[in-house]
Amino acid sequence: MSPRAHTPLKPASTAPEQIRNFCIIAHIDHGKSTLADRMLQITGIVDDRSMRAQYLDRMDIERERGITIKSQAVRMPWEVDGVTYALNMIDTPGHVDFTYEVSRSLAACEGAILLVDAAQGIEAQTLANLYLAMENDLTIIPVLNKIDLPAADPEKYAKELASLIGGSPDDVLRVSGKTGVGVDVLLDEVVANIPHPVGNASAPARAMIFDSVYDAYRGVITYVRVVDGALKPRERIQMMSTKAAHELLEIGVSSPEPVPSQGLGVGEVGYLITGVKDVRQSKVGDTVTNLQKPATQALAGYVDPKPMVFSGLYPIDGSDYPVLREALDKLKLSDASLNYEPETSVALGFGFRCGFLGLLHLEIITERLEREFGLDLIATAPSVPYEVTTEDGKTAEVTNPSEYPTGKIKSVSEPVVKVAILTPKDYVGTIMELCQSRRGNLLGMDYLGEERVEMRYTMPLGEIVFDFFDHLKSRTQGYASLDYEPCGEQEADLVKVDILLQGEQVDAFSAIVHKDKAYSYGVLMTERLKKLIPRQQFEVPIQAAIGARIIARETISAIRKDVLAKCYGGDITRKRKLLEKQKEGKKRMKMVGRVEVPQEAFIAALQGDDEVKKK
Amino acid sequence: MNSPLRTLSAYIHVPYCSVRCGYCDFNTYTGSELRGAKRSDFVQHVGLEIAHARRELSATSDDRTLDTVFFGGGTPTILPASDIAAVLDLLRDSFGFSADAEITVEANPDTVDREYFDALRASGVTRVSLGMQSSVPHVLRTLDRTHDPVRIPGLVEQARASGVAVSVDVIYGTPGESIDDWQRTLDALGDLQLDHVSAYALIVEDGTALARKIKRGEIAAPDPDLHAEMYELADERFELMGLSWYEVSNWSRSIETQSRHNLAYWRNHDWWGFGAGAHSHIGDRRWWNIKHPAAYGQAVSRGVSPQLGEEVPTEAQRSLEHTMLGLRIREGIPLSMLTPRARLKVAELISTGLLDGIAAIEGTGRLTLRGRLLADTVIRALTD
Repeated sequence: MSPRAHTPLKPASTAPEQIRNFCIIAHIDHGKSTLADRMLQITGIVDDRSMRAQYLDRMDIERERGITIKSQAVRMPWEVDGVTYALNMIDTPGHVDFTYEVSRSLAACEGAILLVDAAQGIEAQTLANLYLAMENDLTIIPVLNKIDLPAADPEKYAKELASLIGGSPDDVLRVSGKTGVGVDVLLDEVVANIPHPVGNASAPARAMIFDSVYDAYRGVITYVRVVDGALKPRERIQMMSTKAAHELLEIGVSSPEPVPSQGLGVGEVGYLITGVKDVRQSKVGDTVTNLQKPATQALAGYVDPKPMVFSGLYPIDGSDYPVLREALDKLKLSDASLNYEPETSVALGFGFRCGFLGLLHLEIITERLEREFGLDLIATAPSVPYEVTTEDGKTAEVTNPSEYPTGKIKSVSEPVVKVAILTPKDYVGTIMELCQSRRGNLLGMDYLGEERVEMRYTMPLGEIVFDFFDHLKSRTQGYASLDYEPCGEQEADLVKVDILLQGEQVDAFSAIVHKDKAYSYGVLMTERLKKLIPRQQFEVPIQAAIGARIIARETISAIRKDVLAKCYGGDITRKRKLLEKQKEGKKRMKMVGRVEVPQEAFIAALQGDDEVKKK
Repeated sequence: MNSPLRTLSAYIHVPYCSVRCGYCDFNTYTGSELRGAKRSDFVQHVGLEIAHARRELSATSDDRTLDTVFFGGGTPTILPASDIAAVLDLLRDSFGFSADAEITVEANPDTVDREYFDALRASGVTRVSLGMQSSVPHVLRTLDRTHDPVRIPGLVEQARASGVAVSVDVIYGTPGESIDDWQRTLDALGDLQLDHVSAYALIVEDGTALARKIKRGEIAAPDPDLHAEMYELADERFELMGLSWYEVSNWSRSIETQSRHNLAYWRNHDWWGFGAGAHSHIGDRRWWNIKHPAAYGQAVSRGVSPQLGEEVPTEAQRSLEHTMLGLRIREGIPLSMLTPRARLKVAELISTGLLDGIAAIEGTGRLTLRGRLLADTVIRALTD
């Protein structure tokens, strides 16, 4: 084992030749955080006593779900053959929703550890990130983790990895993040195989932002990788996309707690603090330069992240609306890709239309709102951005079915994604069936080893956001994994289906669906609502309509009797309590026209719990 | 606060049955469930509570005589008639009866005959409420009722011959009961020349054998729409028989033949409930007794109150009770007692056919036929 380095190198005066920048690419649960923890321990920057599981994942949700939402960079000293190196480990988010963030983290590295669970093999998401890494010309070090598990099959998966990235199965390292076996060898490999960074030390400063995090005490903490030149404390810096200028209040490295330094030089990775309070002023992918001596050309690859999935978020208790507003304002500070605007729904009251990078992003934000701010929320069915062109040639982006233009529609275009599904070969048939029913186009299929198949499709994103995951998982007993990335738009025969209660449109249930699916959506929703809405004093028709054309109809017949005829031997208290309970229930009713609908009915209809369980 | 306008009643709960009917969730026990409690102790135990009640009421200088007495159950007529007589003697000695006191006993057809009626009459009973339930054998079987419906007309005749007024209890909406079945029961009632009928919808109560059978799918759940149809049919037939509704589940030939005891509940008057599990209401307090006869017997034998729980309803609860109870009877509620907000709802309730418009113009909230069936809706609307 290599000894721990006795004197770590000083930031700002470290030669690029002694720097290694790398990240770890892994699927959720494949043990990335545990391996990172072990590295912190072995390199000695976190003492054994203060080690806590998954040190790098700060947020509770991350810790509980075992996934990393926000990346960070940690500088670790490591000595090989008497030479001390600075290893910068850049933690990347592991999920498809954050592809852009991943790509920027990768762009800050020269190499990547491809970490795969020795009992499960590679998953679709990991494949996607591996492609990204290879596109960025990173050196890949393949590693099998969890070799201590009884179910581990390193031989099999070493072959799988070798066939993917080339090389021999014998080159695949075997480690256990849990016990620490093989981690020192891995660090030696990082030094030996990953190229050192290269840059022009005398050129104007250029540093790429690969993450920015909001901290309640210090404001925004920006993580950068210096490409050319150097950044120094107290100097004025400029963000090249926005031209905004700030003073560098603090600059330093994480090891893993922030340690201020005299600056950062070529190839170095660290953090900046300027006192700004909003992560939007420090955008991932942007280039930081010196205000007095600015670079002329920004680093390539900056993109403004675009929301792909939209959903209305409503507090179940209407009086929580201000709390929700405040909570979103706070989350926005740390999440540049979250956007929202106020929205009113007949059924759900006041809420916000929110745009997300993807479904997981939606889920994480909803969960944080509920957990960190104590809110009870309903989310409307996720929708994607459609481009609707009317007969008179006007084009509008529609992210909410309620904004769908009335009148003649000339064309509608919808976002399309490239989908990769990894599955044991037995499920290929059932997955093809599912994808076909979701308007998928098979692009190709490849065997990874003997058991597993990668299936590639193009599919409308709108088909994926609507319970596709649930179906894929339930039809493959949880074995299939999925990844997707945007790949343009296509024109499609889409219509807006409205749901009407006694002639009144219930906005929360309107949906933009393919023409062939309109009828089944209408039948599904009218049947659901018939079961969920209590009978009223009058007959209530429930209709599904495209424009003025009714495509499905159910009727809730009028209630005729609700009186409790018995006297219970003078037990008036019991009778009164029953009524009090009924009255309580009435308070939670929402009015749609004259129809009283319990809030639970809206929620249940939106979630469709019944049907999913049955399938 | 014993309002002089409020009458005082006594309810005596007889918590015994020979078998438990599948739909029943009342506080009653068959022989094997009595766990050491003995029917033969009934008079002694209730007697102790009567003495206790006398002391309590005297302490507040409440010297009202009893306006009505009602023996309910369970099966009061499972007791020898002499037990009922003995309890009546104790009540008479302790409280006295009003001049025209109404004294009712619920009678199970299996347990009564001419001799029994004679004995009841001799002890002061003025009225029996005969549990006919249905005249259709398969309906009676579903209800676990063992009597032969053919005996009913004879029993009604015998009771009358003994000099007691007769009311008949029926149940509608039993699972499996068709409209035709219900018609047959109504026909049978028509032949009896009655002055008073009570008709109750079958309600499936949690924890009963019937509820379990429905849950297991062995019996279909009652259909509320069918209930409504049966109720409307009954109301029409009773009107033809000369009986008018005076409470949601009760019809009578005249004011004199109404059950005053029943009305005392709906008018929110005072009553003391004696016996295991009985409920009481005196002044602003409601309370209820220990449920099991054995535990009840132990409490009264030790000289302590058999009370298990009590409540003093808040002003808002009082007002809800007042509307809830008052709306169920034909005399209705004075609209002036409603909050301004609730009064705004009256017009809508008239237009949707739930409240009687003419009564409303006269200042009374009174349910229409449709309103009686949707009484809970009306009550909720008027107590917002």
